[in-house]
Amino acid sequence: MKFAVLRFPGSNCDQDCIHALNAIPGASADYVWHKDTSLAGFDAVVVPGGFSYGDYLRCGAIARFSPVMKSVKEFANAGGPVIGICNGFQILCESGLLPGALVRNRGLHFVCEHVNLRVEQHDSRFTNAAWTGQILNIPIAHGEGCYFAEDETLERLRINGQVLLRYCDEQGRAADEANPNGSRENIAGIRNEAGNVFGLMPHPERACDPLLGSTDGLHIFKSILKG
Amino acid sequence: MKALVTVMPKPSVLDPQGAAAAEAMRHHGMEKVGRVRIGKVIEIELPEGADESLLHEISRDLLSNPVIEDYELRVINH
Repeated sequence: MKFAVLRFPGSNCDQDCIHALNAIPGASADYVWHKDTSLAGFDAVVVPGGFSYGDYLRCGAIARFSPVMKSVKEFANAGGPVIGICNGFQILCESGLLPGALVRNRGLHFVCEHVNLRVEQHDSRFTNAAWTGQILNIPIAHGEGCYFAEDETLERLRINGQVLLRYCDEQGRAADEANPNGSRENIAGIRNEAGNVFGLMPHPERACDPLLGSTDGLHIFKSILKG
Repeated sequence: MKALVTVMPKPSVLDPQGAAAAEAMRHHGMEKVGRVRIGKVIEIELPEGADESLLHEISRDLLSNPVIEDYELRVINH
């Protein structure tokens, strides 16, 4: 399976994604510059983290209009798997590929730490290598990761099983104390209604090697490989 | 002409910046300060007679995010 890792001016997790993906048997990854317009030959798209366009205006607001995003939309509409990590999640929300938005953390600070995430749903293209209720230890690193959506949108996400990851404590409780950024309902990652677009604030690519303290991020990438 | 686009967070959206500023105002002696909201103003220079409906479209789709923000457009003709 060949992954396209997008690169915008200001992306800074692109190399980590390439490194993590190329180390997984059956996966290979290559960069796609934001001015490119073709995703031909790729089976999946990764929108990596970073500070595309310096986070000017709003995080992800300008990257959304990059030429490659038109191809990403077509790719997603055709059912291709797309995963947006951190700034990538913000870009997917700004593009309208995912509902809601990410706003300034409740505590105002940039938060950089390992967090516990509860898998809410293993019946998905992005979590099928994990099990429902499994706790994943994956780092976050963001200043604007507070997930916001209106009540009706949250209800729709719940009914459709679109919430794939929630921040939780060590016992797997989605408690307020375990919420690092004030996200509504402790939401850390959601998928679209069709199930082929996934956005999450935590960085699975930073948890794919025992040297980094956790290999739980592999569950996410291996799920995509499993299909 | 000039266009001023004011972008404010929707009342339902958490505004921790505003809350922090309110707290600082209390420390400065304004104990009875109410809710403080922080938005932004975008000033745009344009030739006379620029397309106002396009300005609205840009304000809604680029300068603000309708999920979390409201905008107000003010056009100043010289």
